[in-house]
Amino acid sequence: MPTTATFRIWRGNAQGGKFEDYATPVSEGMVVLDAVHQIQADQANDLAVRWNCKAGKCGSCSAEVNGQPRLMCMTRLNQLNLDEPVTVEPMRAFPSIKDLVTDVSWNFRVKKGIRPFKPRPPDAPDGTWRMQQADVERVQEFRKCIECFLCQDVCHVLRDHKQFDGFVGPRFLTYAAALEMHPLDEERRARELKTTHGIGYCNITKCCTKVCPESIRITDNAIIPLKERVVDELYDPTVKLLRFFRRK
Amino acid sequence: MAEYETHEYEVLVIGAGGAGLRAAIEAAAAGVSVGLICKSLLGKAHTVMAEGGIAAALSNVDDRDNWKVHFTDTMRGGQYVNNWRMAELHAKEAPDRVRELEAWGALFDRTDDGRILQRNFGGHRYPRLAHVGDRTGLEMIRTLQDHGIHKGMAVHMECTVVTLLKDGPRVAGAFAYERERGRFKVFRAKAVILATGGVGRAFKITSNSWEGTGDGHSLAYHAGAELMDMEFVQFHPTGMVWPPSVRGLLVTEAVRGEGGVLKNSTGRRFMFDDIPDLYRAQTADNEDEGFRYTQGDTNARRPPELLTRDHVARCIMREVKAGRGSPHGGVFLDISWIKARLPNAEEHIRKKLPSMYHQFKQLADIDITKEPMEIGPTTHYIMGGVRVDGESQMSTVPGLFAAGECAAGINGANRLGGNSLSDLLVFGKRAGEYSAKFAREQKPPAIDARQVDDAAKRAVEPFERSAGNEGPFQVQFALQELMQDLVGIVRSEAEMGRALAGPEAVTRRCCRAGVAGYRAFNTGWHAALDLRHLLTVSEAITRSALERKESRGGHFREDYPDKDPAAGTFNIVVRKNRDGGMDVVRTPIPPMPAALKAIIDEYK
Repeated sequence: MPTTATFRIWRGNAQGGKFEDYATPVSEGMVVLDAVHQIQADQANDLAVRWNCKAGKCGSCSAEVNGQPRLMCMTRLNQLNLDEPVTVEPMRAFPSIKDLVTDVSWNFRVKKGIRPFKPRPPDAPDGTWRMQQADVERVQEFRKCIECFLCQDVCHVLRDHKQFDGFVGPRFLTYAAALEMHPLDEERRARELKTTHGIGYCNITKCCTKVCPESIRITDNAIIPLKERVVDELYDPTVKLLRFFRRK
Repeated sequence: MAEYETHEYEVLVIGAGGAGLRAAIEAAAAGVSVGLICKSLLGKAHTVMAEGGIAAALSNVDDRDNWKVHFTDTMRGGQYVNNWRMAELHAKEAPDRVRELEAWGALFDRTDDGRILQRNFGGHRYPRLAHVGDRTGLEMIRTLQDHGIHKGMAVHMECTVVTLLKDGPRVAGAFAYERERGRFKVFRAKAVILATGGVGRAFKITSNSWEGTGDGHSLAYHAGAELMDMEFVQFHPTGMVWPPSVRGLLVTEAVRGEGGVLKNSTGRRFMFDDIPDLYRAQTADNEDEGFRYTQGDTNARRPPELLTRDHVARCIMREVKAGRGSPHGGVFLDISWIKARLPNAEEHIRKKLPSMYHQFKQLADIDITKEPMEIGPTTHYIMGGVRVDGESQMSTVPGLFAAGECAAGINGANRLGGNSLSDLLVFGKRAGEYSAKFAREQKPPAIDARQVDDAAKRAVEPFERSAGNEGPFQVQFALQELMQDLVGIVRSEAEMGRALAGPEAVTRRCCRAGVAGYRAFNTGWHAALDLRHLLTVSEAITRSALERKESRGGHFREDYPDKDPAAGTFNIVVRKNRDGGMDVVRTPIPPMPAALKAIIDEYK
């Protein structure tokens, strides 16, 4: 490992910006966020970056490192080629605020638009429920999500086609899947998934799954079963036929 | 007063971790208007880092458990200087708070008959921690967040409070800035709840994120409230020590709960060498019994690795000081050895401790199913905080409430693992309930323009000094180093005396700390503003620690290594005097009712 490395960090805001090079000492075990912090402390006090836990648990320090959507706190320098400058730029799917910080407020608004958890009546007289570990585990996979929004960043429906009004993105399809597959939940979300949440936009390219730092199998385990549920509930031929006759 | 964006709420909650969110949900349910301020984005608060679980006597796994045992465990863990009323309420109400989380969508691990599973933890007599693998904090904060956003509270993200505002003796709101644009905001509120978490960033080696700068402690103190028990800082025994960039990062106690053992460089399980009398009767005296306990044998006693955190941390320090440490200045924590006892041990470890497996694999190239971890103590939690009324969580300033880590009382001299998440829920709810009640009985307070203008002027001073003076980060590092070296795990009069002179020097440097750039999302500026809070809590910790001339719980004095029964009758309280200096006073602990005493005698 070299003793210093150069980090090419995007500096700017909504009006525009450019990459600037910073050389900083590096040592064994360092992650990209350490280098960014060092640069912030020694060379650029006003360098804007989000971070909290520095352990891959809060999902704050999402960025694009050498073009790959990553958590900076979990990207070890020894996985990168330090002979070349390491580029660090903000998530490009979201509007810039400053430097590495983007405006992710859209995600919080979208979440509010998804029907919340609605449990069935308690199973026991003391107001508690009974669930089996196997049923719980299926949903626990989705609840590992740390809301880093890297899946949203990489999804072409959002990043390239800017369908922010008609598509909730892989994060919130996973959120909806966690609710729909929750052993206690009784709410129905199929119609909204098809209409306002835009599940049809997803053409299962699996980019979201690839970047998930929690290794959630977003496409296979969340989105595809959800698509099947929408089809089951809204396109069942028997139900359709019944509806057809009822209308007459 | 200059024109600032102004918001009005009946109840303003500062902090959106477990306690803040739970308080906001309760206040909103009571029908008052609620504003919620988060220093970061919603759902990123330090609660996500909690791993082990939520302590509550549900007695799903061991039916001998009940609130009385939990109460007794908490008091013993806190070395009997806890606020006994809070310990009682906490033990009684925690089970309902956990069940409520389930009703809001949380998915805990299950027992075979489908109920909430509970695990063993240090200082808890029976398996008591409701958990989700080792990511319980994330489950809790996400459940509260997803429930809370539909309850009609207004959320102000990436917003930091600079000072509290007062109207005569009562609290009137807060003066804050939002990070995105760097603009100031005025919040007018009839009641304010502080739920700002801890002070870990006052020390160099800590498990806390950048947010843990003691904001609530400092805001309350400068608003005239009392801080109590500030000498009791918890150094968690197991933090990562290598590589340097992750030094301090938490390694959950659940590793030991699942059978992990501590060894020194000679391979000795040194925790068997020093078992305190207070715990001797309930601690295993051989390896086999200890292991059986971790695997759910209800007749076995717990292994000494699960003694209270303060004790384990000191034993580790002793091994390191005696030259029996690991290569990077810690000791070894080994869970991989259970291979000798369990079939499929590797899979079992990955399943029970997924984030630990992930964390060591990714950050330290260590496979914990195959080799031991290197660990050492890390600053984790402060038992001390705003002195509050046990029932209502109101401080000595009318209308100012505190809940969670920034409040004092429940934990006494040492907190048991798992008692924090339950504390957040129980007292978050109570703070929400009583603040709403208080707010409904009050007229709106008046905002004093002069207080606002003063605060605004002080807040922008770092820009006027400009960069090239002192860097705010460098001043923060200097303070952290000083506190770590002189007011850390092992303390003495001489060292702390030097530490007290230190903050004065650091204060002078703080006054010189300047920043460059503009106000929007300027991290250097935030670091400069956090310094005031850090200085205040550092001084409070040091002065309280000097005053307690004994060793108890998280507070260990080299010059007074023993517990002094006479010192078990009071708490140490600090408050700001008229000249702006810090007064330190001893406050007697009110006598415990006979009924509670009888419970302790029965279950201890």
